Amino acid sequence: MIPELGTLALVIALLLSAAQSFFGLVGAHKNKASWMQSVMPAVAGVWVFVSFAFAILTYSFITHDFSIAYVATNSNTELPLMYCIAAVWGAHEGSLLLWILILATWALLVAMFSKSLPLPFRARVLGVLGMIGVGFTSFTLFTSSPFLRLLPAAAEGADLNPILQDPALAIHPPMLYMGYVGTSVAFAFAVAAMLSGRIDPAWSRWTRPWTVAAWMCLTLGIALGSWWAYYELGWGGWWFWDPVENASFMPWLASTALIHSLAVTEKRGLFKNWTLLLAIFAFSLSLLGTFLVRSGVLVSVHSFASDPSRGLFILGLLLFFIVGSLTLYAIRAPSLRTDGGFELVSRESFLLLNNALLVAAAGLILTGTLWPLVMDAFNLGKISVGPPYFNMVFMVPTLPLLALVGIGMHAGWRRAALASKGRRLALIAGGALLVALVITMGFYGSIGLPLTVVGFTGALFVMGSALIDPITRWRNKQGMSRAALGMAVAHFGIGVFVIGISGVASYKIEKDVSMGPGDSAEIAGYRFKFLGTDNVHGPNYEALEARVAVSKGELPLTELTTQKRKFKVQTMPMTHAGIAVAWNRDLFVALGDELGAGKWSMRLQYKPLVRYIWIGAVIVALGGLIATLDRRYRVRVTADEPAPASADEAA
Amino acid sequence: MIATRRWMVLLTALLLSAGAGAIDTEAAFADAARQARYEHLTNELRCLVCQNQTIADSNAGLAGDLRREVKELIAAGKTDDEIRQFLTARYGDFVLYNPPLTARTLLLWAAPALLVLVTVGAAARVIVRRSKAPIDADPEDMV
Amino acid sequence: MWRYFAPAAAFLALGALFAFALMRIQNGTLDVREIKSPLIGKPAPVFTLPLVTDPSQSFDSRSMAGKTYVVNVWGTWCPACREEHDSLLQLARVTGVPFIGIDWKDDGQLAQQYLGQLGNPYQQVVADAEGRVAIDWGVYGAPETFLVSPAGIVLAKHAGALTAAVWAEKFAPLVTSGGSR
Repeated sequence: MIPELGTLALVIALLLSAAQSFFGLVGAHKNKASWMQSVMPAVAGVWVFVSFAFAILTYSFITHDFSIAYVATNSNTELPLMYCIAAVWGAHEGSLLLWILILATWALLVAMFSKSLPLPFRARVLGVLGMIGVGFTSFTLFTSSPFLRLLPAAAEGADLNPILQDPALAIHPPMLYMGYVGTSVAFAFAVAAMLSGRIDPAWSRWTRPWTVAAWMCLTLGIALGSWWAYYELGWGGWWFWDPVENASFMPWLASTALIHSLAVTEKRGLFKNWTLLLAIFAFSLSLLGTFLVRSGVLVSVHSFASDPSRGLFILGLLLFFIVGSLTLYAIRAPSLRTDGGFELVSRESFLLLNNALLVAAAGLILTGTLWPLVMDAFNLGKISVGPPYFNMVFMVPTLPLLALVGIGMHAGWRRAALASKGRRLALIAGGALLVALVITMGFYGSIGLPLTVVGFTGALFVMGSALIDPITRWRNKQGMSRAALGMAVAHFGIGVFVIGISGVASYKIEKDVSMGPGDSAEIAGYRFKFLGTDNVHGPNYEALEARVAVSKGELPLTELTTQKRKFKVQTMPMTHAGIAVAWNRDLFVALGDELGAGKWSMRLQYKPLVRYIWIGAVIVALGGLIATLDRRYRVRVTADEPAPASADEAA
Repeated sequence: MIATRRWMVLLTALLLSAGAGAIDTEAAFADAARQARYEHLTNELRCLVCQNQTIADSNAGLAGDLRREVKELIAAGKTDDEIRQFLTARYGDFVLYNPPLTARTLLLWAAPALLVLVTVGAAARVIVRRSKAPIDADPEDMV
Repeated sequence: MWRYFAPAAAFLALGALFAFALMRIQNGTLDVREIKSPLIGKPAPVFTLPLVTDPSQSFDSRSMAGKTYVVNVWGTWCPACREEHDSLLQLARVTGVPFIGIDWKDDGQLAQQYLGQLGNPYQQVVADAEGRVAIDWGVYGAPETFLVSPAGIVLAKHAGALTAAVWAEKFAPLVTSGGSR
């Protein structure tokens, strides 16, 4: 009875989404206020019923209702409560339910916080979100329902994949989906603007905070995934260029470009077409990622159980939304062209170049991800495109971008008065190079890889450059808008991130050793002494734990434990690494196999500066947060900004 | 079809058992240069059973065998290219994460240059055009 | 202004590619996980390995010259091999083509027991305990089956359980034409 209630709730949510979409879009078209007014209750209703369905699935997991196929395949009575709850989104069907819930949540937030927007515009935005809701709710109901019964019920569940049994499962997917699905808000704003035929600075001002908020979640979600892979899956790697990772990175790059392009559209009313196109691209790439991960056309380390009929359904959704919106774009764009100039060196120029390089970077990842599929589909042979390719080619657009960021953020609108800051920038660049040389040659004792010094210099330059304005203004006791401060913080974070990449890529040390209790090994001046092993009983696994004492010279630092876990149901061995964190490095110990004669294989790793990769990402996201809190986003529509509603008929 | 699918299930099971990552059980090269070549090579070769991991990262039995093979070939004095050749003769280009430049991957390898040229070129055209347009002064959007 | 339609057209093209790939996956002509063997059309790797049934004796693949034969890679640890075992027994009997078994990374005792209990479809079955010969054959999973011509050329490869249907579709046409070569 309980799961049927879940299905029923989803059916009601589907009908309400259809109503939301119909009354929003048709109501705005016919200019019927009562129709448009009815959209808000529909949005609230969708949220209530999707939440209800989600709660039911969660309840079924907690109560171990193995008469539900999805619960039986993804949990077990011995699974700890926290993982029972997180297992709701541990596989394809439930993660789609999370997708829908987050879409409904975004729609609810838009409905709640856009009361100041003109009614027809608001109705259209919610109408577009409703259409997306219809698409994904029917996808869930008709191809991937998590509520299907298993008859007869299983006596015991097959357990959650042990790789997923980690606290990160509780936060990484929800955060990532907040970002992924959040791109639909900017998309809805763009489609609503195209339907009304008018885009003005006010439109950009409304769209920006939503775009930045989604982008911030996406930033954090990707960073969490990378951190998770680092300590759980990858044995010290933090990015693998797997199709799943690429699928989340492409919308991030497009969203980053969109944020910058929106700035120009807001400040200068320029590049309107381009901004619309980017809003569509960001959402398209997010849908494309969903398709690639769930359709089974690509092979990935963590692809969902895939099946071509699901693939066809998502492909249909993808083409409907993308080709539909791009066709609308093609019809509207010619009338949206704007005039307005700026000098060769101006903030507009820098932002346009930034957009060009970000789009090139996204295009590059798309090409690399899809090329094996293209060759496979046309029987041209099987190839692999992996980290060696991406690591190399990704530098082509991103290194110039790093240099541009450092200079561009000081360029003024229309014409850059860079001369006043030029001297200071040159000084910072010189200082950055000097510090980079001290770090590489002095501290690490070698120049590293060919691009190590370039990476450190670029990173330090961007960080220094980002600090100019906050420091100057603070010294002069001048205020600073939150938008400007947010920008400075985010750019500073990019620098920190690049410091992390440069450090770990250039100076990491890995060593596989065989040790018995009492033996020790040394890397990078750190001594690892194998103390012994213990048996450990986990809630649903048995583990062998190795204790390793770490010291630097004579100075004892810490004792690490690393486990080899054997899960009771899915009898796969999982290694749990021991990591010692310090401000300048991680030390990483992982237990391998027993080699006989009391010896064990063990992997020791020295990961200099690796933490700055995620710290940088968090600072970037923090910058986004500060920017969304800018005062001007909370100002209501004022008289000098006529609402787009009046322009509807004109278009 | 069903048999194939079952076989896939098995493959998946193999893949999952490989989720733990790999640690070499044999001794490293005494020669640092050879060890560096070994690490470089095993990090750009694809484990075939696990579908998307390098043989350095995978704990699958086959990945271990391939690491041993690479190690022995290096010890036997083979060059990196000869080792890649050895593996592609058996497994095809699929085993290389760094796809070789052929007529079929020409566009893939040209992509970075092409994409940057096209996007930056387009941006440059717009910038030049706009720089010739009159600059309006709109007091509302002064910073 | 046709250029405004360029993004829509580009995405349609991408969609067409995906639809094409999905269609091929659905009708079974494309398997994204299958790795095609570069050995097909090339001389079969030569190997000499000890017999599973009597480790003191060894088998040299060159002794098969002049005959069409099958090389089947298996292991007692592999459930899909157990699944195909009955059809192997039947195919070996019905087709008359000699089957050479390569017992891949396995325990010789277990393998002997396994064949004793379930029957032995192989004319010769050898032990590749270290997995070196399997690498020469480009094996990446078990079971895998190869068809070799009398001239020693690899004619076909099948990854996964070998059933009568697979034999009829993939191997049988090559046995008659390849066998007379």
